[in-house]
Amino acid sequence: MINIFEVNETNKMIEQENLDVRTITMGISLLSCVDSDFEKLKTKIYDKITGYARDLVATGDRISMEYGIPIVNKRISVTPISLVGGGACRSASDYAELAKVLDKAAYETGVNFIGGYSALVSKGMTPQEEMLIRSIPEALSSTERVCSSINIGSTRTGIDMDAVKLMGEIILETAKATRENDSIGCAKLVVFCNAPDDNPFMAGAFHGVTEGDCVINVGVSGPGVVRTALKDVRGADFETLCETIKRTAFKVTRVGQLVAMEASKQLNVPFGIVDLSLAPTPAIGDSVAEILEEIGLERAGAPGTTAALALLNDQVKKGGVMASTAVGGLSGAFIPVSEDQGMIDAVNDGALTLEKLEAMTCVCSVGLDMIAIPGNTSAATISGIIADEAAIGMVNQKTTAVRLIPVIGKDVGDIATFGGLLGHAPIMPVNGFSCEAFIERGGRIPAPIHSFKN
Amino acid sequence: MKKTIITVVGNDTVGIIAKVCTYLADNRINILDISQTIVQGYFNMMMVADTSASDKDHGTLSKELSDLGDEIGVVIHCQHEDIFNKMHRI
Repeated sequence: MINIFEVNETNKMIEQENLDVRTITMGISLLSCVDSDFEKLKTKIYDKITGYARDLVATGDRISMEYGIPIVNKRISVTPISLVGGGACRSASDYAELAKVLDKAAYETGVNFIGGYSALVSKGMTPQEEMLIRSIPEALSSTERVCSSINIGSTRTGIDMDAVKLMGEIILETAKATRENDSIGCAKLVVFCNAPDDNPFMAGAFHGVTEGDCVINVGVSGPGVVRTALKDVRGADFETLCETIKRTAFKVTRVGQLVAMEASKQLNVPFGIVDLSLAPTPAIGDSVAEILEEIGLERAGAPGTTAALALLNDQVKKGGVMASTAVGGLSGAFIPVSEDQGMIDAVNDGALTLEKLEAMTCVCSVGLDMIAIPGNTSAATISGIIADEAAIGMVNQKTTAVRLIPVIGKDVGDIATFGGLLGHAPIMPVNGFSCEAFIERGGRIPAPIHSFKN
Repeated sequence: MKKTIITVVGNDTVGIIAKVCTYLADNRINILDISQTIVQGYFNMMMVADTSASDKDHGTLSKELSDLGDEIGVVIHCQHEDIFNKMHRI
């Protein structure tokens, strides 16, 4: 039988080290809603989402209370809207209208974000997909809870540079459309390479077309727990360090698996995956950067950071994989800047630059995340950063993403404030040399040689 | 039978166990196991309980035990045992 020390260990993780389940995300396929009649399409989308997710929030809260574990977010992801709306939308404004339907459904069900205002254009854009992309500034500035993601490349297809160019412009336009709130629209917009179909984390969650009708995916967290565990092995060798991370990740993931199975049972929806990510929040002690410091770096960004992050990412996966029946999503360590107090401190101290962050994205689970840049950054430069990040993902067969926020009216030295889990971020300097001619070329970067596996 | 783990943590004082056990008895909750230690002056108790005969649901029990804890000056949590089993047993 379980003993008092084990019970105390678990409760200490929850109460003092911010152990929580970060999100229960219900993935809902909207393919059955497709209709050429725009009004019918809107009704079908709203009805399906509100019908399927009616009990999602209440169930999450009940599980949280029964097990005494906080479940921070309850969210919904849907089929990429470019596909769902393709037959009915005649203009970008029509698509933005669908975003408002999603927003209304999110309010009705009580979820704090709904993801899937998306298009998958890794090889090329259909006119409908381009229309959806062009509607993003309007969609994100006229809704609160809708998240958008665009997949512009993959290892199998190469990179759609036309889409990369367009996304640079769209990010800037979205920033301008939400300038009153420090360009917060861009915090809800992710550009992916190799986007996973089953990611439960926002802003990049969407319900892939390979998925079933409805599924429950769970994202775990726990940077604070890992950091506390590492305090006990200060000065120990790397084997001990890795073993400690692995054991801790196992324990954290087991809680995620339990919550996922319970949610799946209570909602009568199949369990999909557990996403094993270490997801930081702005709360003190809930930081991935602090884990890197505990591993032995004065500040995140110091030499050794990439290696430390690589081992952290790998051990989290090794510990987590055994703890769950199915893992997926992004799975690894997140390194958002604004959502992690340790990262913010590292930027403010001059330890962490955009270039070092780019290097770190080669070995972590996502990419350049929640990074505020000057509002006068050009669209071409943003596209260049996206292309760099996508190239890392394409060549290394991993997911990479860019969530940059050009904060209109602010420059290096200023601070952008987004509030809540999105946090605040110092504006980081961007390399000022132009890549205009590179981005202007247009077309596609072909798939890398190692994608030909058949 | 789903077992419930009740933990009580706080400053040691007279009658903590008595008050908690009285509440459990009044609500027909059977105590299967108790362990208790004092760590640096802090009272630390864990009970394994069977709540299946109680009329109250987990939410009500959890809330009432938490309120009782406030009254005594300790923190009382009431959790299904699965969270501990999952984390600490393969």
